[in-house]
Amino acid sequence: MASPEDLSGQLAPLYEARKGVYPKAVNGPFRRFKWAIMAVTLAIYYGTPWIRWDRGPYAPDQAVLVDLANRRFYMFQIEIWPHEFYYVAGLLIMAGIGLFLVTSAVGRAWCGYACPQTVWTDLFQHVDRLIDGDRNAQVRLAKGPWGFEKIAKRALKYLIYLVIAFWTGGAWIMYFADAPTLTVDFWTGQAALVAYGTVAVLTATTFVLGGFLREQVCVYMCPWPRIQTAMMDEKSLLVTYKDWRGEPRGSVKKAQAHPGAFGDCVDCNQCVAVCPTGIDIREGPQIGCITCALCIDACDGVMKQVGRPRGLIDYCTLDDAATEKAGCTTQPIRKTLTRPRTLIYFGVWVAIGAAMLFSLGQRTRLDLAVQHERSPLYVQLSDGHVRNNYTLKLRNMETRPRSVVVTVSGLPGAAVWTEGGAREGAGKAVTLTLAPDSVTRLKLFIAAPGVGPVRQDFTISTRGRDGDPRGDSDIIQFDRPEAGQ
Amino acid sequence: MADVKQRIDEATGTSTVGHEWDGIEELDTPMPRWWLWTFYATIVWGLAYVVLYPAWPMVNRATEGVLGWSSRGDLEKEMAADVARRAPVMSAIAATPLADLPNKPELMQAAVQGGAAAFRVHCVQCHGAGGAGVKNLYPSLTDDDWLWGGDLASIQYTVTHGIRNPDHKATRTSLMPAFGRDGILDAAQIGDIVSFVRTISRQEKASASSARGATLFADNCAVCHGAGGEGGRQFGAPKLTDAIWLYGGDRDSLTATVNQPRNGVMPRWDNRLDPATIKMLSAYVYSLGGGEKGLAPATEGAVEGQGADGQP
Repeated sequence: MASPEDLSGQLAPLYEARKGVYPKAVNGPFRRFKWAIMAVTLAIYYGTPWIRWDRGPYAPDQAVLVDLANRRFYMFQIEIWPHEFYYVAGLLIMAGIGLFLVTSAVGRAWCGYACPQTVWTDLFQHVDRLIDGDRNAQVRLAKGPWGFEKIAKRALKYLIYLVIAFWTGGAWIMYFADAPTLTVDFWTGQAALVAYGTVAVLTATTFVLGGFLREQVCVYMCPWPRIQTAMMDEKSLLVTYKDWRGEPRGSVKKAQAHPGAFGDCVDCNQCVAVCPTGIDIREGPQIGCITCALCIDACDGVMKQVGRPRGLIDYCTLDDAATEKAGCTTQPIRKTLTRPRTLIYFGVWVAIGAAMLFSLGQRTRLDLAVQHERSPLYVQLSDGHVRNNYTLKLRNMETRPRSVVVTVSGLPGAAVWTEGGAREGAGKAVTLTLAPDSVTRLKLFIAAPGVGPVRQDFTISTRGRDGDPRGDSDIIQFDRPEAGQ
Repeated sequence: MADVKQRIDEATGTSTVGHEWDGIEELDTPMPRWWLWTFYATIVWGLAYVVLYPAWPMVNRATEGVLGWSSRGDLEKEMAADVARRAPVMSAIAATPLADLPNKPELMQAAVQGGAAAFRVHCVQCHGAGGAGVKNLYPSLTDDDWLWGGDLASIQYTVTHGIRNPDHKATRTSLMPAFGRDGILDAAQIGDIVSFVRTISRQEKASASSARGATLFADNCAVCHGAGGEGGRQFGAPKLTDAIWLYGGDRDSLTATVNQPRNGVMPRWDNRLDPATIKMLSAYVYSLGGGEKGLAPATEGAVEGQGADGQP
């Protein structure tokens, strides 16, 4: 840190180079937990498009498919149409509230374990260790001259980065088309240009963000740490260096020479060495801390070696820190987690999920939308009747052909027909065959006696004729000319 | 930088920029270097863009750019691509006789859609959006009352040759005499004819006037409008017994019509539109709801109306 006098005649640097971060390998329960989460999240990401799901002959057999071309979203047995996009909105709201819940309870757990940036950075850092060796070897190599070894190792490492990045970009497009077909098309040059473009962009971003920018994404680019900072309270779990226990720092030797003069921290710097974002947790909570808890693993290992109790660095709330500092007993973690704030978040989260599940179970797969034609609003027929025209949109959202009937009620003397010149065959109902998984647009003509209310509400409804009588109906208006017209 | 009080902020160890607003100071945190590289990359991008694409505004137009791209060119390409996309359907419509169109539901649908587009360009000025017509001026094309016939072939003929085109032989034509203006009938006689017409269209009860009118009608009108007023399509003579009146069915309007008929005109389109477009227009007008089955179009496979007594 420069003193104020140093400022005279010198300017602060305009740009700051990234300080290299070479995290040391560590083992411990949190590291193993991170391994498990990495395995699960990567397996989900790379593997999901390859799961098959039989939906019969009229729909794709990919379990999770965002079919943009045909505007369908398949997720196992759920099929979502564009007009049902509120389910996706609901999922996003649930994801948001889920993040609130997690943040209020366990702080930046998302950042530390599940965020893609964290997972891929972690993966790339393992590649670093695999090729360059552990922390010290990495530092040596970075500082060393560009010789054959360095060039070879860098080339190999970047090649592995590139393979991972390409695989990551390639997996993404599999969600948007039949994965086996797209894979073949991709390698034979038959895939759409947008597929190649997407893979290229995602390969580049994965390569750069995971291989080089890493913690800078969290510190400079990502808004989420800032939002989280505002959302955490004194009861949220944080990775905390218990300075009241650790300070003043001193080596084991010093502590033996002066019993009672030093705290538990032996100043071994292991917490700094293992940190994937290169911070010193002992400086207190900071934006760079993603609470991955690897420093807890490192510190616990050291404490075990020197025969001191674990938890010098540990998950701890601000409230508990104050209590512990004062020498009192903290409340059990179960109580910290189940406080009104977390329970309300959880309640809202569950309520939205339950509401979505309920409406998923209730939704009709035969949908009717009616539009009253406005020009002309009504047509005077030569026999004194009045005709109104309607545009019907019948959605058959099942993956089988349907036979349905369209009926009219609440309009006395009404006759309906669907084809320009077919009034002779008009009746009270129209039967239709709907193609599977399709929208049928239909012009419906309805004639009714010319004497009646100028505007009359009536109902057009549709229902299945093939065993499933559920359907849909719309209340719509029938117009007649006003008297004197 | 006279009153600048740059100092090192203790908590962060970073220099301040030296300004202060009510005790609030700004840290002079250096930018990360990758940001600087990103900035350079955008400059390179910008320079390349200026070279490749239209960029500098000149007097008449911008510099062209070495790629020669223009939004107008883009539009032309898109239009050409769309013409190419529609070409198979268009040639199929051109090759199919109009009478066969209803037997090919997909082709018929394409024709109706194409006709709707053409209608919006060439026909709405008079016949109105959706073919609703304009009261007292232009007939509605959506009802079931036709002056010259509402089957596909008749509509096609009308669109092709127009109505009362003086310079065209094949045009549909007729001339209702101006009974009042030209002194063929006097006002009382016209009143009697109007009474009769309003009687056969069930707007008035029979009276002495209508009885006199019946004789006058038989002498003057029946040759075109038919003995019972049922109309005559070969002359474009409207049916007088129904509820549809282009120029009004009340006494005043009818009197005015008999006095001085309008004899409306419609342009011929064979010299402006190609036969395929006329075919599509005919299909569209036919589909509006009043189309007549002069050619017995087959029912669509998927869509069939039930009989009046049919139960679902």
